[in-house]
Amino acid sequence: MPEAKASDGDGVQIDLISAERMDGLASMEKIRMILDGVRDGKIVILENGLSPDEESKLIEVTMTEISPDEFNGIEIETYPRSSTSDSGILGRIMGREETSKLTVIGPANQIETLHKDETVISALVSRK
Amino acid sequence: MGLLSGLRDSLQRVTDSLFSEDEQKRIGIYGPPNAGKTTLANRIARDWTGDAIGPESHIPHETRRARRKENVEIERDGKSVSIDIVDTPGVTTKVNYEEFLDYEMEKDDAVRRSREATEGVAEAMHWLREDVDGVIYVLDSTEDPFTQVNTMLIGIIESRDLPVLIFANKIDLEDASTQRIRNAFPQHETVPLSALEGDNMDEVYDKIAEYFG
Repeated sequence: MPEAKASDGDGVQIDLISAERMDGLASMEKIRMILDGVRDGKIVILENGLSPDEESKLIEVTMTEISPDEFNGIEIETYPRSSTSDSGILGRIMGREETSKLTVIGPANQIETLHKDETVISALVSRK
Repeated sequence: MGLLSGLRDSLQRVTDSLFSEDEQKRIGIYGPPNAGKTTLANRIARDWTGDAIGPESHIPHETRRARRKENVEIERDGKSVSIDIVDTPGVTTKVNYEEFLDYEMEKDDAVRRSREATEGVAEAMHWLREDVDGVIYVLDSTEDPFTQVNTMLIGIIESRDLPVLIFANKIDLEDASTQRIRNAFPQHETVPLSALEGDNMDEVYDKIAEYFG
């Protein structure tokens, strides 16, 4: 992980995680890495997003970790899936190309989505 | 031998058909908090069984446990379709107890509600991965459907190849827009309705029978 100071200083730490780094991890390792970072107040950006199954598990694990006055959950944004590129069963069997969407994840109390469309995600990140 | 194997095959067909009749299709009602999922579940259950499923409320996360209503028989065109309805807690990626304080709730109650809400969301996700055969996705048609939770959940449902119907609820309200929902998810059938007022329920039941029968 980067050596820069975590977000308890003046700034907000952003971790950009490459697809290559994620490829070598099991689903739960990915989720753990994301949530550990987010719980430390970091903004985690994934070059390639998660698969639908991993997204489902991320929501489930996030829920088990929410704790009053400590962790309220996550804000997560990816570009909307384009309906025209919906690949159907065959596409999913041949490869999950639909998961390759840049994804931004941060603590719910520090990141707010201002605008999202198919090509732009605009978010406001604040210190705690 | 031929007679014996023929007999065995016949028996197998009979047991298979008995088994498939016993195996009710479980249809999960999913969506974000406050979309009107329980109001819809109650409307369906009352129309076809006479009972309700659970309490409705304008406070988010009123439903914090998945509730199943078995053997809901819906009659369409002289045919009968029997399903189990599973009303699930609204799905979100965040729960802050402080939002419940705005509804004149004491802090202890708000914290308890938020804890139960998080358990409910996890339970809903588990049902989606393991235990439902089809999904009714309910959206408040006065709200922007282009949210991350909606995008993710529809993606999860599609990845599991579950049949899905999108219900654009609350069309009785002035700001409602069914078209906005159709534009957001054009790959799926969208049915407008008001579960509260009972508007367009004939089409709702037609589509349920068509998709899940």
